[in-house]
Amino acid sequence: MQFVRVHLLLAAVATSFVAPGTALAASAENGKTAYVKNGCWQCHGYEGQGSVTTSAGRVIAGTPLPADAFTAYVRQPTGAMPPFSAAILPDADLADIYAYLEARPKPKASKDIPLLSGQ
Amino acid sequence: MAKKDRSPKLDRRRFLTAAAVAGATGAVGSGKAGAANAGTTEAPARLPSALPPNAHVAAAEAGVPDIPPYASEGRPGSDFMVDVIKTLNIKYLPANPASSYRAIHESLINYGKNSMPEFLTCTHEECGVGIAHGYAKITNKPLMTLCHGTVGLMHATMNVYNAFCDRMPVIVLAGNDLDAAHRPPGVPTVHSAQDINAIVRDYTKWDDTPVSAQHFAQSFVRAYQIATTPPYAPVVLSLDDGLATEPVRDFGQKLYIPKFVPTAPPAGEAGAVREAARLLVNAERPVIVADRAVNTQRGMNFLVQLAELLQAPMVRERGRLNFPTTHYLGRPASVIAQADVVLGLELTDYWATVNKFVDNNAEGVGTITSTIKPGIKLISIGTLQLMTKANYQEFQRFQSVDVPIAGDVEATLPALIEAVKYALTDDRKNAIAQRGEAIRKDHEKGRDATRQAAAIAWDASPISTARLCAEIYAQIKDLDWSLVPSSGDVAGWPLRLWPMDKPYHWTGTSGGYGVGWGCPASVGGALANRDEGRFSVAIQSDGDLMYAPGALWTAARHKIPLLSVMHNNRGYHQEVMHVQRLSNFRNRVANLGNDLGPVGTSIMNPDIEYHKLAQSMGWWAKGPITDPAELGPAIKEAVAVVKSGQPALVNVWTQPR
Repeated sequence: MQFVRVHLLLAAVATSFVAPGTALAASAENGKTAYVKNGCWQCHGYEGQGSVTTSAGRVIAGTPLPADAFTAYVRQPTGAMPPFSAAILPDADLADIYAYLEARPKPKASKDIPLLSGQ
Repeated sequence: MAKKDRSPKLDRRRFLTAAAVAGATGAVGSGKAGAANAGTTEAPARLPSALPPNAHVAAAEAGVPDIPPYASEGRPGSDFMVDVIKTLNIKYLPANPASSYRAIHESLINYGKNSMPEFLTCTHEECGVGIAHGYAKITNKPLMTLCHGTVGLMHATMNVYNAFCDRMPVIVLAGNDLDAAHRPPGVPTVHSAQDINAIVRDYTKWDDTPVSAQHFAQSFVRAYQIATTPPYAPVVLSLDDGLATEPVRDFGQKLYIPKFVPTAPPAGEAGAVREAARLLVNAERPVIVADRAVNTQRGMNFLVQLAELLQAPMVRERGRLNFPTTHYLGRPASVIAQADVVLGLELTDYWATVNKFVDNNAEGVGTITSTIKPGIKLISIGTLQLMTKANYQEFQRFQSVDVPIAGDVEATLPALIEAVKYALTDDRKNAIAQRGEAIRKDHEKGRDATRQAAAIAWDASPISTARLCAEIYAQIKDLDWSLVPSSGDVAGWPLRLWPMDKPYHWTGTSGGYGVGWGCPASVGGALANRDEGRFSVAIQSDGDLMYAPGALWTAARHKIPLLSVMHNNRGYHQEVMHVQRLSNFRNRVANLGNDLGPVGTSIMNPDIEYHKLAQSMGWWAKGPITDPAELGPAIKEAVAVVKSGQPALVNVWTQPR
């Protein structure tokens, strides 16, 4: 709950980091490169699947946050995540990363995966 | 002048029989390890804190055994030492050979016929200790290892520290040549020390420097007794080369081997236990947190009984399995935030159980927040206060506790269960039953969420850690399996996905988090399981394997079947994240060089072909597996190899965690 509240508060701030129209021009393909180059994979996995040991189990594939809130959190995170300033990760690259995460395929339901449905 | 022996006679054969009986029952302790293999589900009876000796033990206690006249035969001191060692029923001796203990080496394999203990050739002292540690985690019994003088004991140190932090018994003998006037000059002198035990004294429970054969006998049996009395821990004896090599001398007193009798473990004080029970019974939201609490099936059964009596959520820390993963009372640590009473069982870090530290600023100070409600009552049962050392800081931050109870958890649980039963009124029983129903529903929701989380990135390459673990389990689920002590951090997926209800299904982490423990510890665990006809599987990380890969050879050499599935994320991943973190805090772009992680943290360019490394040391091996569709068939093939008695390794490229 606290996580969501923080993002709502920061949403207004976030608009200043993402120029209007940036999201439209974002490229999921470029985003994959930026995602790897900037080390997002280290804690969130290459597919944004998250991990209980490195990202508190939070899943960012499919980006459950709106773009503004996502940007705000990356710039000024409230948890264990280190901040990525625009000097490290330019707005355009961040927009591409968002597009990459949005483009991740939705997972199958676990009941449709035999190795999981039986456990 | 020799003292006259006035003690009753007991012939050697009868003495050794009695000692063997004592060892068999007690190496594990009346309250703890003695029931290691009992597997009973019966309700435990009340147990006194100290059990009376049985008839064999009582008879043996009355006498001193006759010992062959070593001196008159001119037999070496090391033969007598082997006789001493054999009374303790130590099955294996994993060690790297060395000149500083050549005398006892010769006695062990010739006079002792390389049996009880059997020498297992190791390629590094760290492997010897790690194998002993892994063995102890499965059996609760110590092995002994030998180290070569100063340099060998230095090699062993990191895994001695791991065993100390993990409260597991290992008996270390350090070869040394104390007599400066007689020891050979040159290398043997360089490898000798005035006080060799000082190298590990800060993280062993006890040490001694025997200077006579009789002194060795007393100290070896004492060392065994101390190591196997909770809290378990490593012990070290220096082994003087002169004493071992020269003919044994009795100085006019008949040599004898003290009989080992296991010590009853310390149990919590009765009044404090009653107060703990009162608080737990009257709590609205009690939570039990267990860490290094349970080593045996008996202890796990006690813990289930206590949790069910209270219908209390049970949080599992990573020291031991403690509690079945299948039980509905098993809950995540987040339940602690709502607790009004927390019972901490052998917690390595009580402070971190009720506080949260976030490493989130450039100065490294981080943010600390309490995770508990005001007015909460904290109870602890554990042995932290019973074995303290000042230098190394494994005791963690200090946490004030309302009812701190010093005692072994397994030895204290029977009394706590009885006290809880006594304190339960009908009103409380009704309230507790309602609480249990709510927890059961939460548990089911949690299981569903876990399975769905595992489905994310199911078909990804590199392979997700969830898929890795699901594929392994699919191939071993119909076997009597054991996930042996190993190093791979796979986000706890085995504990989240695999049904585990036996202590050997998972035995916890290394204790000291020293890298280089996983591979030898997995071999030690597999060694213990081999003797039980049990299938062993390890999840082996890449960085850990390269510290002490020689343990692979020991497994092949001594025909120890083990399936090692690699969690190969091609980096020192913890450090990958740390350097990225500091780069961000300092507002700098992390320098990756040509790798995926910051310079100095990746293990790539070139990639290490671990499967070929294993093959070179006599393992069946396959890899690298990068396509998740190929993983199941590869593991299936490897399982068949392991079932035939050989070790097998599957090298898998994985997601980071």
